[in-house]
Amino acid sequence: MTSVLEIDKLTVSFSTPDGAVEAVTDVSLSVEAGECLGLVGESGSGKSQTFMAAMGLLADNATANGHIRLDSMDLLSASEKKLNTVRGERIAMIFQDPMTSLTPHMKIGRQLAEVLIEHQGVDKETGRRRSREMLDRVHIPEAERRLDMYPHELSGGLRQRVMIAMALMCEPEVIIADEPTTALDVTVQAQILDLLTEVKDDLGAAIVLITHDLGVVAGLADRVAVMYAGRIVEQGTVADIFAAPTHPYTQGLLACTPRLDVETEALVTIAGQPPNLQNLPSGCSFHPRCPHVFDRCKAERPSLENLSNGQAKACFRAAQEAAE
Amino acid sequence: MNEPFLQVRDLKVHFPVRTGGLFVGQYTPLKAVDGVSFDLNPGETLGVVGESGCGKSTLGRAVLQLIGATDGVVSWLGTDLTSLNKKELIAARENLQIVFQDPLASLDPRMTAGDIIAEPLRNYRPTLTKAGRRKMVEDMMERVGLLPRMINRYPHEFSGGQCQRIGIARAMILRPKLVICDEPVSALDVSIQAQVVNLLMDLQRDFGLALLFISHDLAIVRHISHRVLVLYLGKVMELADKAALYATPRHPYTQALLSAVPIPDPTKERNKDRILLTGDLPSPINPPSGCVFRTRCPRATSVCAETVPELESAGEGQEVACHHWQD
Ligand SMILES: Nc1ncnc2c1ncn2[C@@H]1O[C@H](COP(=O)(O)OP(=O)(O)OP(=O)(O)O)[C@@H](O)[C@H]1O
Ligand SMILES: Nc1ncnc2c1ncn2[C@@H]1O[C@H](COP(=O)(O)OP(=O)(O)OP(=O)(O)O)[C@@H](O)[C@H]1O
Ligand code: SF4
Ligand SMILES: [Mg+2]
Ligand SMILES: [Mg+2]
Repeated sequence: MTSVLEIDKLTVSFSTPDGAVEAVTDVSLSVEAGECLGLVGESGSGKSQTFMAAMGLLADNATANGHIRLDSMDLLSASEKKLNTVRGERIAMIFQDPMTSLTPHMKIGRQLAEVLIEHQGVDKETGRRRSREMLDRVHIPEAERRLDMYPHELSGGLRQRVMIAMALMCEPEVIIADEPTTALDVTVQAQILDLLTEVKDDLGAAIVLITHDLGVVAGLADRVAVMYAGRIVEQGTVADIFAAPTHPYTQGLLACTPRLDVETEALVTIAGQPPNLQNLPSGCSFHPRCPHVFDRCKAERPSLENLSNGQAKACFRAAQEAAE
Repeated sequence: MNEPFLQVRDLKVHFPVRTGGLFVGQYTPLKAVDGVSFDLNPGETLGVVGESGCGKSTLGRAVLQLIGATDGVVSWLGTDLTSLNKKELIAARENLQIVFQDPLASLDPRMTAGDIIAEPLRNYRPTLTKAGRRKMVEDMMERVGLLPRMINRYPHEFSGGQCQRIGIARAMILRPKLVICDEPVSALDVSIQAQVVNLLMDLQRDFGLALLFISHDLAIVRHISHRVLVLYLGKVMELADKAALYATPRHPYTQALLSAVPIPDPTKERNKDRILLTGDLPSPINPPSGCVFRTRCPRATSVCAETVPELESAGEGQEVACHHWQD
């Protein structure tokens, strides 16, 4: 299968009063139709900015280099006008906080219909009908009545559903879900994750799921990419990443996640602090926290190497062990 | 028989909330905590879980009398805290501390780490010399994993995990007997969460303190707690020893909560049985009659709408408030 969205050597840097901050470095990722790519990593590792670049939503002080292709179109070099026709129509984003995409004082029905009116030029009546159908589809009870409500009149879970409905209005090929359930209670999270699974299966959309919750990724993703300090440090199928993580950071992340299915004596920790992007360690950015660090890690940066099973990792350890 | 340590009996916190309507000034009680009872013993951790808005923080604050209770008793070493005057309460607080969720927001940005940690010493150990105070602060910083040479830095110069360590150091510096932790690790990255949880468990072991550990994360609560209290709309649904609660949850709500927690294992996560709750939390201003959980409960029958289920024993160290827990 071919990729719908392909990110090629993306670098995003921000100019700040304290100098440039490189938030995303040399990231390459792709996602196919009907596939869910999970993107995990600690706060500040560059997950959101990678896909804000794809949406053309980077802040003014950002510079992005590389290529982001939606089929043959390069989103990074596309004009704002061109991006406007693509955003919402072919690629849509779901955020942690629904109020970032919903307008507070506009009725829900009108907000949903507007997407269709803008992109597909349908009339108001069709817009309203299809909005109601979409609310039904995301299992919002009493859809007709909700069309005339304002966002603040709904619970957090329902608002999240409305945002998903809005993202789905034009049946986009790519859906980017950035921490879609982080603000929700577990019982409501379970409902939303079911809905996203349904969307993936029924619509055949490519879904990018950005989250720091490994449990959420385990339930939904087909492939997983792990980010650390702006770079991808490991990538592979969900089965391989969880059963046989090869990068020490991925291993640490899995080990320190408290889980309900196993009882542990003491929680495993990853030593030290997440890195400061303005003052990154030499060599491998993870080396000050890595339990397997050796001289080479401090001197040289490991590049992302493909393994035979399609997994990829950026770590010298295996090469070192083989040499010994 | 030990002296009772902390005993909470039928604690209620009702907030008067303005409700719309024709007449201005109509107030309805929002029952944030509605008849909660539990005991806590030295060296013990009681986990408090439940969804957002179920009353966890209100319960924690009411135990410390940071929020006035509407009704009920909070008995601390045999004294009812709700009956104390301000001065007596300040004296009692020496042994009662709290750690908040948002590490940065709960620290005064204009104070150095050293001053923040030393503050309780200034209030409760006024005779301590400056040098003696500094020594205690440095020792405590070391104990919680902060470099003592960072003593003159300000909160914004620390990471989230480090700020939480400052908050913990401040709470622990007087060697209190009870510490309430209100979502102490929720704002932290997992790698840092584990460090802070381990620190709390070490401190508990070393100082023999009691912890009330409030969290919506059932996996962390399982790790740190001895017993767990499950709240829903201000009421206790289940109160049980950790092993019993996680192995054989009896309340339909506990069962649903546990089954909704994602497991970081693709095979298990995709094949597990899940009890999907429909709908959302009802409004606490207008809670359902009878059992407050009935509107989302898969086992609800007509009796659930009519009668409030009382907490009853469901085996050794396990209490449950449900008409149908045995069905
Ligand atoms: N406008 C900006 N100016 C300067 N730095 C920025 C700007 N926007 C983002 N950054 C920095 O870019 C880095 C990556 O941010 P990003 O939002 O992608 O992280 P993330 O992995 O999504 O984290 P989280 O899990 O907290 O959402 C962070 O260090 C952030 O501070
Ligand atoms: N000062 C107040 N006045 C009115 N209502 C309040 C007040 N403080 C809390 N509440 C309400 O009381 C209920 C319980 O709130 P509380 O903060 O204790 O919940 P919580 O379980 O800690 O939630 P979270 O997980 O979101 O922190 C909520 O419905 C809340 O809106
Ligand atoms: S009392 Fe009824 S409604 Fe409440 S939890 Fe039990 S079965 Fe469900
Ligand atoms: Mg983000
Ligand atoms: Mg709270």
